[in-house]
Amino acid sequence: MPGIRSRRVAALVAALSTMAVAGCALSSSGQPDDDPRTVVVVTHDSWAMDKKVIADFEKKSGYTVKVRPTADAGELTNKLVLTKDHPLGDVVYGIDNTFASRAVSSGVLLDNTPSDRPPGAASYDLTEESGAAQLTPVDYGDVCVNVDDAWFKKHGKLPPTTLDDLTEPAYRDLFVVPGATTSSPGLAFLLTTVAAKGEDGWQDYWRRLVANGVKIDASWTNAYEVDFTGGGGNGDRPIVLSYASSPPFTIPEGKTRPTTSALLDTCFRQVEYAGVLNGAHNTRGARAFIDFMLGAEFQEQLPDQMYVFPVDEAAMLPPVWAKYAKVASNPWSVPPEDITAHRAEWLRQWRDLTSR
Amino acid sequence: MTRRWRGTRAGAPALAAIPLVVLAVFFVYPVLGIVGQGFVSDGRFAPGAVLEVLGRPRTGRVLWFTLWSAGLATLVTLLAGLPLAFVLHRLSFPGRGLLRALVVVPFVLPTVVVGVAFGQLVAPSGWLGGLHLEGTAAAIVAALVFFNVSVVVRTVGSFWESLDPRREQAAAALGASPLQVFGTVTLPALLPAVVGAATVVFLFCSTAFGIVLTLGGLRYANVETEIWLLTTQELDLTGAAALSVLQLVVITGLLVLTHVTRKDGGHVDRAAGTARRPRRDDAWVLGWSALVLAALALPMLALLTRSLTDQAGRWTGANYRALAGTAGGTLPVSALTALANSLEIALVATGFALALGVIVAGLASRRPARASGRRAVAVFDGVFMLPLGVSAVTLGFGYLVTLDQPPLDLRSSPWLVPIAQAMVALPLVVRTVAPVLRAVDDRQRQAAASLGAGPLRVLLSVDLPAAWRSLLAAAGFAFAVSLGEFGATSFLVRDETPTLPVVIYRLVSHPGALNAGTAMAASVLLAATTALVMLAVERLRVGAVGAF
Repeated sequence: MPGIRSRRVAALVAALSTMAVAGCALSSSGQPDDDPRTVVVVTHDSWAMDKKVIADFEKKSGYTVKVRPTADAGELTNKLVLTKDHPLGDVVYGIDNTFASRAVSSGVLLDNTPSDRPPGAASYDLTEESGAAQLTPVDYGDVCVNVDDAWFKKHGKLPPTTLDDLTEPAYRDLFVVPGATTSSPGLAFLLTTVAAKGEDGWQDYWRRLVANGVKIDASWTNAYEVDFTGGGGNGDRPIVLSYASSPPFTIPEGKTRPTTSALLDTCFRQVEYAGVLNGAHNTRGARAFIDFMLGAEFQEQLPDQMYVFPVDEAAMLPPVWAKYAKVASNPWSVPPEDITAHRAEWLRQWRDLTSR
Repeated sequence: MTRRWRGTRAGAPALAAIPLVVLAVFFVYPVLGIVGQGFVSDGRFAPGAVLEVLGRPRTGRVLWFTLWSAGLATLVTLLAGLPLAFVLHRLSFPGRGLLRALVVVPFVLPTVVVGVAFGQLVAPSGWLGGLHLEGTAAAIVAALVFFNVSVVVRTVGSFWESLDPRREQAAAALGASPLQVFGTVTLPALLPAVVGAATVVFLFCSTAFGIVLTLGGLRYANVETEIWLLTTQELDLTGAAALSVLQLVVITGLLVLTHVTRKDGGHVDRAAGTARRPRRDDAWVLGWSALVLAALALPMLALLTRSLTDQAGRWTGANYRALAGTAGGTLPVSALTALANSLEIALVATGFALALGVIVAGLASRRPARASGRRAVAVFDGVFMLPLGVSAVTLGFGYLVTLDQPPLDLRSSPWLVPIAQAMVALPLVVRTVAPVLRAVDDRQRQAAASLGAGPLRVLLSVDLPAAWRSLLAAAGFAFAVSLGEFGATSFLVRDETPTLPVVIYRLVSHPGALNAGTAMAASVLLAATTALVMLAVERLRVGAVGAF
């Protein structure tokens, strides 16, 4: 009996000391955020960057970079608005044109003029009134309808090419799209229809889509990875809303051509911006980091890391991108001010239209 | 008797203060901080707007769906879980330990991955395509049951195991049929544990978020998804505050209801080896349990299959080999490193949850002589259930807006993640341990005290031996909660040290065929780790049973 009890005590002591060790490991965590040599980057959770690239910036500038990814562009913007008095970091990257004016009008950003802008970057600028002085474009991506060409070939059918085709009986029950209220590409597609069909016409278009059996998923992941025939989940629908950069990922092993393609007449352009946070500890470091994001080294990593196109038109694209990731020559767009003014109303209408 | 009370009368409030302060700082203050913003417009207190939101027809629809889906899921979970609790905790057969460990696995799987696995099962071309469950409320309820069966099996099972079998034997010896024994002896004795488990399951289901979004195809909304939508997408803090208040009202109502209906259960005994071999008349319960286990296994098999195949459906090990890498820079660390982070954080979170949970359970299981004292105990017990019933979004945003200034500038502290996880695990620990402590015959304590044992000695020689099994069960559960927690963690975790669920989420939401496959492989890794930890805990448990 005493032997057993002491064994249990020993187990307890062992467990407690493991915890203590784990706790020490947790608390030994580098310098605090308000160190003037640290730049804290707040971004969305699609953030990805080669460690070497960041290390190069740290070496050249002498700053230490801390990245804090958090949720999607919308949630990111809202968090910045809510934490205005005590900002989450020094620089924000990932606010897009659908949320830009909310961030700007809430006063969460400082004016910033990059020291050197790459060629072509200015064509992605916001207008003066929607915050060009505060938000610097870094990259863009086109949200487009994608089709599984292999599926259409196998079934001896022609794939759709336009938005109107999607409401044709020939494509009944074949289209899957992430929801506008729960996914940022989903919101982009709603805006595509607003731009293409007008502020009073998109509702009717969506009624026809719903009548034609469109499936609405919560997320891009579920639409592409579960329901799309070309996405790896052996889904049932050969038409999906995704990105213009998705096709290169469907090149089968050992082959050279993708099995899917993007419909370039159905695209909405999402531009992602960077800005300096109002109240940042290290505004100088924040500006330096934005300058670095516009440099060739960072710009050329964007396609492979985050599946977006660099704003620098001189940046080299990866070979498969240059060949198969086309961008729309005339993407649909809605002015950021209009998006901010009508977002809630449009989303409410969309929700009513789609929840039968 | 007198010694015990003299020693503890001053001690109890002081001891109660520790968990109460933690709850106040890490739960009440952040929630009030964010909900409070919804009550203020233009710098003035304006509750009218909140009341207006509560009056909207949509709010009513959302509340109704929340209540019936969670209620139905709780009922089905009990029906599925209780027989399984009996089989896995009162019968002894080879492979029982492994099954017990596997049953906990669904509980820790990330909802985003279960969403994908269920989505594939119910899709028209899936294994269950013929049932036409895609996008229906039935699919949502099924997934909720999948997640929560282990809560019933573990909380009720550990109590059942400690239950003195001699009353059942006596009833049987007096001629009662097995069904009569169950209805008149076992069930009334189990009731506190069953009610406790049902409360926890209901709260989990009513705050389910990922499952409702993923499987409902946006046709269904519960209070939780609505709060998420209003807070993160529309920045409508007034609407979110209204729904958060609604959540609090519902939980409080539920807790009052369970308190009123709570009766004292049977006595537990530290009788060792209550498990017996299966008999012929166990056939029904064994068959039913096998069915439940098969239903639990199906989504896990779907997951395993997906993790072992490539885009074209061929078998491959590439997804597993990718676990050691960072998916070409998509991840800050490899899945294996993330697993190490998860384990480390889980260890600390379990320590917090157990330390606080034991204090709370110990105090909540007291029966003071005066009515006012009993009411105080009931309220004290209830407030620690609140974290389960309040939206993770509300809590996460609350942390953001309140814990941002010294002395509480904790937003980037490494301690915040295990603390937040411990707040979620705490109610489970309390609900697992408290029924057992309550069931200890107070006369045993009195006898020990009258023989000269001090309060600590009473605790060590009366309460601890009885509660040892449930403590282990609670520790395993807290560990599992921490391993699988995503909602609050994703808000608070630092990029340098992500947990495995966070890594899985990032993999699955990035384009690229290999990423989705790697996410599935990482989920299998998480599942396997959980099962191993549970098995290890089982080992400890066997040793402990032998010790008395």
